[in-house]
Amino acid sequence: MKTGRFWAWLVFAIGTAYFFIPLIATFEFSLRMRRGVYSFDAYRVVLGDSRFQETFAYSVTVAVFTILLGVLLVVPTAYWIRLRMPHLRPVVEFITLLPLVIPAIVIVFGYIRMYGSNSPLPFLGTARGTDALLVIGYATLALPYMYRAVDTGLRTIDVRTLTEAAQILGAGWTTIIARVILPNVLIAVLSGAFLTFAIVIGEFTLASLLNRPAFGPYLQNIGANRAYEPAALAVIAFAITWGCMSVIQILARFAPKSANRPN
Amino acid sequence: MTQASISTTADAARSAPPEAKSGFRLPTHWLGVAPFFIFALMFLILPTLYLVVGAFQNDQGQYTLDNIRQLFTDQSIRDSYWVSIKISFWSATIGAFVGLAMAIAIVRGGLPRWVRSSTMTFSGVASNFAGVPLAFAFLATLGRLGLVTVILRDVFGINIYAMGFNVLTSWGLIIVYLFFQIPLMIVIITPAIDGLKREWGEAAATLGATTWQYWRMVVIPVLWPSFLGTVILLFANAFGAIATAYAFTGSSLNIVPIKLYAQIRGDVLHNPHLGYALAFGMIVVTGLANIFYIWFRTRSERWLK
Repeated sequence: MKTGRFWAWLVFAIGTAYFFIPLIATFEFSLRMRRGVYSFDAYRVVLGDSRFQETFAYSVTVAVFTILLGVLLVVPTAYWIRLRMPHLRPVVEFITLLPLVIPAIVIVFGYIRMYGSNSPLPFLGTARGTDALLVIGYATLALPYMYRAVDTGLRTIDVRTLTEAAQILGAGWTTIIARVILPNVLIAVLSGAFLTFAIVIGEFTLASLLNRPAFGPYLQNIGANRAYEPAALAVIAFAITWGCMSVIQILARFAPKSANRPN
Repeated sequence: MTQASISTTADAARSAPPEAKSGFRLPTHWLGVAPFFIFALMFLILPTLYLVVGAFQNDQGQYTLDNIRQLFTDQSIRDSYWVSIKISFWSATIGAFVGLAMAIAIVRGGLPRWVRSSTMTFSGVASNFAGVPLAFAFLATLGRLGLVTVILRDVFGINIYAMGFNVLTSWGLIIVYLFFQIPLMIVIITPAIDGLKREWGEAAATLGATTWQYWRMVVIPVLWPSFLGTVILLFANAFGAIATAYAFTGSSLNIVPIKLYAQIRGDVLHNPHLGYALAFGMIVVTGLANIFYIWFRTRSERWLK
């Protein structure tokens, strides 16, 4: 057992070194902008760059719309599947897994060919349309995570009883979903939302191929042209990912663990 | 007979919602899932099918296998698939073994509790930290002026670049991909290791098994399907990734996603249908990988309940 613990510590130490050295190195590199001394100049330059602010704001907006679309799409579907059409579950689960099978670059390639300005649905004909298509594309990419999160949330509540109770009180479908189901799975929805946010905020492939001024292409552009700013941006991006994941972890603590089913 | 039919009707009336009582009704319950299916059809299935069908057509719209054949005959395309598969394979295999070792260390190594929880938290973050910033981080680490390169050179007198190391190669990319592959492995495989019941170890020990025998005859056979399944998942994960590679090496590294990116941007293959075939090839590789993954996962679920 003694030797076992030694090996465990060794493996853990090597792993920790592999993961922390790049982070430390990136941070150190980001401080080197001013010759000879450590300074936060790179951060000041980056944060003061108007293109940083514009692209970041753009990506945040896109992420918010993506989350809204994802929730609107996933919550009613997952609810309905649980309530009325459990036999469709495998089909829906299979579809929600497809974005993990089909690479993002292939999906966006399909969009570009199908929704060009000469097509019956010319999403790409206007800037607004392209923004919409970008949101749709991100919602597609986030579908596996969003669906899983919401479905796990629904598993912990008694969908049927809640629905019947609401119906007896005279609620319509919209009321049931918006005022009964959604608040009950809010924590699950929020974890899906933050994961979506983490995915969307720095995404490069879709934004770049659809030519939208998003944060991901901006990062790539800075990386190709500057020395110290990319390191500062990497630190910022890591902090954002870390923040999103921490929120998900904290939310998980509030999530109910199992259903209080009467049977 | 009559009795039976009455009770079935009664059952139906009790379990079905009010509007379902009448014998016939419009399939309105489909309306609830219609938005989802329409969305999936329009923005997931049809765009993909469009490319797949296009891969089997020529410029005149006739069906042909020429594009698919060209995937194998065109030297540059064949090379790009080969490099992509090589990078995905090695990053998946190394990532899986290292991830497995770390998962075993934190679950079974007798380490303090905080080690496990902090590793799991960090893995959740790192497995999602991919894309462009990850490339920056490794350039700042192992690039020509990176911290590790400089320390090795100035402190230890080892100039890794003089020794022929270059981070902007496929091996460099494998090292970078490990940053999200290892954590992903840890996240997926830890529950499987948790599923190894303590009783099995005790039972094996009671029967006089050595540690090695316990591992060879219990642990490895039980973990094998989850392990292999996750390796395949990591493979697909690396195969479709583009942002990190693109930010890392620009378009200099000849891997399939970067080739496809260039093709979408500017038809570098001078044949749109060959581009479709390139995309089709990617779907085939990741699709096959996922079929194997699902197969292995169902096998592993027999033990790890």
